[in-house]
Amino acid sequence: MSRTSVIAAGAAAVPGTAAARARRDTIGGWALVAPSLVVIAAFTLYPVVLSLVHAFTAPRGGVTLQQVHAMVDDEVLHKVFVNNLVFAAVTVPASIVIALAMALWVNGKIRGRAFLRLAFFTPTVLPMVAAASIWLYFYTPSYGPIDRLLHVFGLPGHNWLGTPETALPAIMVVTIWKEAGFFMIFYLAGLQNMAPELEEASRLEGASAWYHFRRVTLPLLMPTTLFVMVVAMTASFKQVEHIFVMTRGGPDNASSLLLYYIYKVAFTFYDEHYAAVLTLVLVATLLLLAFLQFRVLERRIHYR
Amino acid sequence: MRTTDSTRWTGALRALSAAAAWLCALAWLAPLAYALWASLHGAADETRFALDAPWTLANFVDAWHAAPFGRYYVNTVLLVLGILVVQLVLSTLAAYAFATVPFRGNGVAFWLVLVQLVIAPDVLISENYNTMAKLGLVDTLAAIGLPFFASAFAIFLLRQAFKAVPKELDEAAEIEGCSRLLRLWKVYVPLARPTYVAFALVSVAAHWNMLLWPIVVTNRPESRPLTVGLAIFAGQEAGVSWSMLSAATVIIIAPLLVAFLVFQRQFVQSFMRAGIR
Repeated sequence: MSRTSVIAAGAAAVPGTAAARARRDTIGGWALVAPSLVVIAAFTLYPVVLSLVHAFTAPRGGVTLQQVHAMVDDEVLHKVFVNNLVFAAVTVPASIVIALAMALWVNGKIRGRAFLRLAFFTPTVLPMVAAASIWLYFYTPSYGPIDRLLHVFGLPGHNWLGTPETALPAIMVVTIWKEAGFFMIFYLAGLQNMAPELEEASRLEGASAWYHFRRVTLPLLMPTTLFVMVVAMTASFKQVEHIFVMTRGGPDNASSLLLYYIYKVAFTFYDEHYAAVLTLVLVATLLLLAFLQFRVLERRIHYR
Repeated sequence: MRTTDSTRWTGALRALSAAAAWLCALAWLAPLAYALWASLHGAADETRFALDAPWTLANFVDAWHAAPFGRYYVNTVLLVLGILVVQLVLSTLAAYAFATVPFRGNGVAFWLVLVQLVIAPDVLISENYNTMAKLGLVDTLAAIGLPFFASAFAIFLLRQAFKAVPKELDEAAEIEGCSRLLRLWKVYVPLARPTYVAFALVSVAAHWNMLLWPIVVTNRPESRPLTVGLAIFAGQEAGVSWSMLSAATVIIIAPLLVAFLVFQRQFVQSFMRAGIR
């Protein structure tokens, strides 16, 4: 009630001093922002602070570096972090290259453009759980479509999700399949914003299509590429749904990622103090990526 | 001579590229097409792709009865709509303040909001679970939705939209005696309609697909959404045939897929808007 009356008072054209008006604005402004800020403080800011506290205190109280030491020696964490880096290092460039190819196809004079665009984009709207449970079947040893296809060519089947060497790559394939269509949209927007005179000029100069692509299109799409890259990298540290359905991190943590490991530490081992340290690692990673994104966006503005 | 040669080459390359595009598209659709096929055929025909294979809806009936999907559906719809409505109200108020009220400390407040863009609440699962336990909300839909009631992303989008509203309209309404909140309702909200639609689509899709946080904060079927139901269904070792799992998967994705096919253009545009933040 008081909130509305404050704002109403602020709006009524009562002649007052500038200072009075500024005070009304300040009260009214904070009142409007307050509900959102309370939620963000409670479920985003407070948990980060709590993680900091938990990370450096012992379960029975008192300041300790015990968890930090545990982190340094934790081989599973190292494995999981390396997994996450490999996951990002493969899925990010792969989905970017495929997305660019898709955008070029859909932007060109190809037959069935609308259908192709639809086919490429559809996985984006599916829940990852649903996508993963479909792919679970594709990877079934000897019975699933992938192994059946291999049999047709006389090749032996393989336990894709049950072997340490192939579990993570198998999950990466699903990720690329799901994400490429999403990134295609950004490239498509970039391509459609490009002046058609550029291609005309290249043709008049006698440049080949490949030369035009490499020397004109690609550099002009650079801001889009940087932007998509940071979005994809952030996503690679936040997505764990496929792991839940397909491998549960196994075998022997071969396909586990950082956030999934946090989940296991917090809700299978019930070690919230150690989970707090791991959460800080994840938060630090996300902040670093956000900083990169910020720099990229700044540069993007310079380009324009 | 050279030109005909090069045009022939370009023609061949173009055909090759088109073939690659179509191959890629088919590969991209294959998993979905397969799920549809398996869900509509008996276990014997789930991998026998013959057109004369008998079609059936039995898998849907079986899947529907094998798990409380009806309950899950109701939960997901309530969850998604509940989150959306609260998000729209809270974000509209906050965005209005950031866009039009020059209040002291607005820079600090805006930075605090932006933190949520970087660190999503569903990444902080351990601490947020503790909070929900203290509030006694574990195993409720409210616990799943509460952390998302504020949306930095919505605030950001709406602030942009409100800033684009012509000052003259706002002043005209002020002269007519409209209070600040009435002007928000009569002038700003109607003009920001495309932004609302875009955000609504992205929000619904995002929260329909949520898995990790709902798994953490619920233990009983009564409060679980569809995604958790499917993850549990897929995780069962015995008694679930692929046809049945496919049917369950189709049950989960059907509403979003249909909505996507109908609102394709809006979907693509809103996802684009969602990315450019």
